[in-house]
Amino acid sequence: MSVVEFRGAGFAIGGRAILNNLTLTIDEGETLVLLGRSGSGKTTALRLINGMILPTSGKVLVGGTATSQQDLVRLRRSIGYVIQESGLFPHFTVERNIGLVPGLEGWEAARIKTRVDDLLDRISLPAKDFAARLPRELSGGQRQRVGVARALAADPKILLFDEPFGALDPVTRLDLQREFLRLRAEFRKTSVFVTHDVQEAMKLATRIALLHEGTLVFNGPPDEFRRSTHPEARAFLDVLNEARPHE
Amino acid sequence: MLSDLLQDVLDEGLQLLGEHLVLVLSSILIAAAIAIPLGVAVAGSARWRGVALGIANIGQTIPSLALFGFLIPIPFIGGIGQHTAIIALVVYALLPILRNTVTGILGVDPAVRDSAIAMGMTRGQILRMVELPLAAPTIISGLRIATVTTVGTATIAAAIGAGGLGVFIFRGIASVDKVQILAGAVPAALLALGADGALGWLERRWAAR
Repeated sequence: MSVVEFRGAGFAIGGRAILNNLTLTIDEGETLVLLGRSGSGKTTALRLINGMILPTSGKVLVGGTATSQQDLVRLRRSIGYVIQESGLFPHFTVERNIGLVPGLEGWEAARIKTRVDDLLDRISLPAKDFAARLPRELSGGQRQRVGVARALAADPKILLFDEPFGALDPVTRLDLQREFLRLRAEFRKTSVFVTHDVQEAMKLATRIALLHEGTLVFNGPPDEFRRSTHPEARAFLDVLNEARPHE
Repeated sequence: MLSDLLQDVLDEGLQLLGEHLVLVLSSILIAAAIAIPLGVAVAGSARWRGVALGIANIGQTIPSLALFGFLIPIPFIGGIGQHTAIIALVVYALLPILRNTVTGILGVDPAVRDSAIAMGMTRGQILRMVELPLAAPTIISGLRIATVTTVGTATIAAAIGAGGLGVFIFRGIASVDKVQILAGAVPAALLALGADGALGWLERRWAAR
């Protein structure tokens, strides 16, 4: 069953097309990785899902209803969002950052506290040590973990990840990719993950959507992507092959 | 006899200090009530930001004594006395508060604002929970500058019958009495230093949060 559907969706600013006629469905429980170079339209596609922007042509349906027809505040609260550098509020403690959306949704304080403590334990940041800290008192990797916990807090059906590990060192990045896979197995959320890193895409995706200059040029599982003959896919696969250790 | 004289001077000094505080506090409160919401409203628009800052800037470029003079003949808002002085002091205090409010709001990291929108915060929630708390040290800095400036400018208000510590200064100048001049100037300077220290402390405390 599709959770998100792009129906000929396009987005243009000042007559310049950023995304062209995108038709794509995202099914429940899958991890779709939007792969592409800088400026290929992948972040634009992601932001169309939670109504951060609305399509200038076509439609984007979430839960069967066009985003343009939805209450955008409610829509955004129902979708978890993780961005590069985590986007945590610098003046909120870890606890307040994670409990933000449940608080906006009117959860009781005790329920929020239980949820925050549980999520902190699941991301290996014990509440007693980390709940009262400010984001500046955390490492980059810890901030991203808190960003993921915040996205999960209100138990959304969909999680969006906009190059969340892009600013991290390779070791922390690998660590968080493993954590992502562990959390995916645990929470079974529908996830849309933006990256320009083909290795990351191959590792995390159940399906890859390759965008090139605003147009979808490949849509399929990673093993099919590996056999793709599209020149843009080949360009990414060359990167993958170059990165392989010499055997 | 001497003690009666001292008591009279002290009584008058306290009364003038009280009047000075009323002039400063009411001017700053009114200016803040205008400039902070205005700064928040215009921060997002380069055009309206330019208009608002331009008007506030014009107000501040008029020499203080001339501004008091301009206001006196204006019906309803002018005349001799405290309310005319307060209007002039508000005009002076607007620019630093407005400018710092705009700077503070524009200084909020766009990624944090974006994140707030993505979390499903309403415009009011973003302003109340994210933008204003993060802009607060800059806004307090504007209030500090405005307050210190107003403490000084308020001494000139005595020239239009608004009272305050300027009464001692003007009377001292007219009678070439250094003691009277100092009786007005020293408390005014201490008041300015006190306001600077207190608001500077508040600014640092907020920034450290």
